[in-house]
Amino acid sequence: MGTLVDARNIRGVYYLGGKDLVAVDDVSVRIEEGEVLGLAGESGSGKTTLGSIISLIARPPLHVEQGTLEIDGKVQELGGDAKIPRTWRGAVVSMLPQGAMNSLSPTKRVRHLVYDVLRSHDRKITKDEALDRARERITTLGLPARVLDAYPHQLSGGMKQRTVTIISTLLNPRLLVADEPTSALDVTSQKILIEMLLEMLDKKIMSGVIFVTHDLPVLRTVASKIAVMYEGRIVERGPTEVMVDHPQHPYTQALMSSVLAPEPKYTRTRIEGMSSFDRKLFNAPEVIHR
Amino acid sequence: MSAIYTVEHLTKTFGHGKAAVHAVEDVSFDLAAGGITVIVGESGSGKSTVARMLLGLLPVTSGRLVFQDKDVTHLKGHARTAYWRDVQAVFQDPFSSFNQFFTVGTLLSRSVRLVGRDVGKQRLEESLGHVGMDLSVLDRYPHQLSGGQRQRVMIARALMMRPKLLIADEATSMLDASLRVNILNVLKDLRDELGMTILFITHDIGQACYLADRILVMENGAMIEQGPTDEVIFNPQHEYTKRLLADVPKLHTAIELGDLHESVETP
Repeated sequence: MGTLVDARNIRGVYYLGGKDLVAVDDVSVRIEEGEVLGLAGESGSGKTTLGSIISLIARPPLHVEQGTLEIDGKVQELGGDAKIPRTWRGAVVSMLPQGAMNSLSPTKRVRHLVYDVLRSHDRKITKDEALDRARERITTLGLPARVLDAYPHQLSGGMKQRTVTIISTLLNPRLLVADEPTSALDVTSQKILIEMLLEMLDKKIMSGVIFVTHDLPVLRTVASKIAVMYEGRIVERGPTEVMVDHPQHPYTQALMSSVLAPEPKYTRTRIEGMSSFDRKLFNAPEVIHR
Repeated sequence: MSAIYTVEHLTKTFGHGKAAVHAVEDVSFDLAAGGITVIVGESGSGKSTVARMLLGLLPVTSGRLVFQDKDVTHLKGHARTAYWRDVQAVFQDPFSSFNQFFTVGTLLSRSVRLVGRDVGKQRLEESLGHVGMDLSVLDRYPHQLSGGQRQRVMIARALMMRPKLLIADEATSMLDASLRVNILNVLKDLRDELGMTILFITHDIGQACYLADRILVMENGAMIEQGPTDEVIFNPQHEYTKRLLADVPKLHTAIELGDLHESVETP
């Protein structure tokens, strides 16, 4: 399997009236064909910012100062005033933003959005063609076709999230960037969504996923590799098992040790939160597991 | 341990006739004095509705609430205010509980006035101490605090009244994992040091497992399983609890992903 996406030296800065906030500081990530890369970190670590830069939707106050994105051998400059071709957004890289399921218009049926999305990329498509394409996709992925005719309030949270996930990939993008797609769901819906994402990869609807979340147990289930971000940088990256069972960087260790799961070792031992760790240690150099 | 709070056949119905929604149906349980009880349930299970009824913020449709041998089902006026001295709450989003233009000091000064100025000053320091903060936080505005600090201020505010029962409804859900553990430890310390009774409500079984002495599981408004933490988590009896535990993603063991089309869910 070859490399699908190679994003290099990305620097994203928020210009906040005289003050500059560097949210992503010279970060490079690479995703292989067919892979789910988990991007983990806490609030403010820059994981969402990195995701939005890679999915080409950075807009003021966020400015990309430098960086390149290479997909299928085509190189796109991201920094400064680089012109990003319209056709890349949605069709080459697609973004499933945080809380996407709440962005369905409450007064419109789901099929309205489907037509809107497809028409904005293909002026000639008819309503019927658009709906046929969506219906086929929805049924292959195990959702009832009636969701197309439903209003958002008629669908459960899990259904809505699966529906927007399908709509975001209708154009068969090479890469899907999913930002906290499971965070508002209950555990059963989370599991179903993860299964669906993996099936979509299997069916080559998209060829790679960047899964942005703070939820490490979810990444354990879905990601083949994990990169941990802290203060705008990736501090450690590697295969999921290594990252979870043998983290080397002090920050990753602190993060992993503060996860609570229903396992016997958590009922009787007291776990100390991150304040007991020395934050200075978190600036240790990046650890890369091969 | 004796029960400080007894809930008998608690029911809440919203709406009438065909449109009636049975949010909570015939729920009974005890809260042991000096223990941490956790209600676990997914969204829509009715767990927050139970909390709101216990707090007297929502009228009860039927059933009985008994606190320290007194019936507190339908309290009004002074009796209700007195009840709130003993029963305090912390909610999910600490930021929305603040007035953004007031410092923490201004916010807490209302609680100081409630208990009297002299005692209040002393309690203020004591309460902040319990949550690992000091008086320097009083000059800060909410936006200058991290999420974890804000939530600790809210717990300190609740502690000003020296409540016998503290109800925390998803109090840690908006916090990062590392801060979350700190807040849970604060609650554990309150139990161990002050003998406080705590009712904690969450959808996260991992947190329930870490914190609880006793776990209650709710589904669709009904209490389907309750018992000591070890029994509920490691030897669940009810089908729903079993499924819930099987679906929880764990860090050190990969969960089994079944065939997509076989997965069952409620609409």
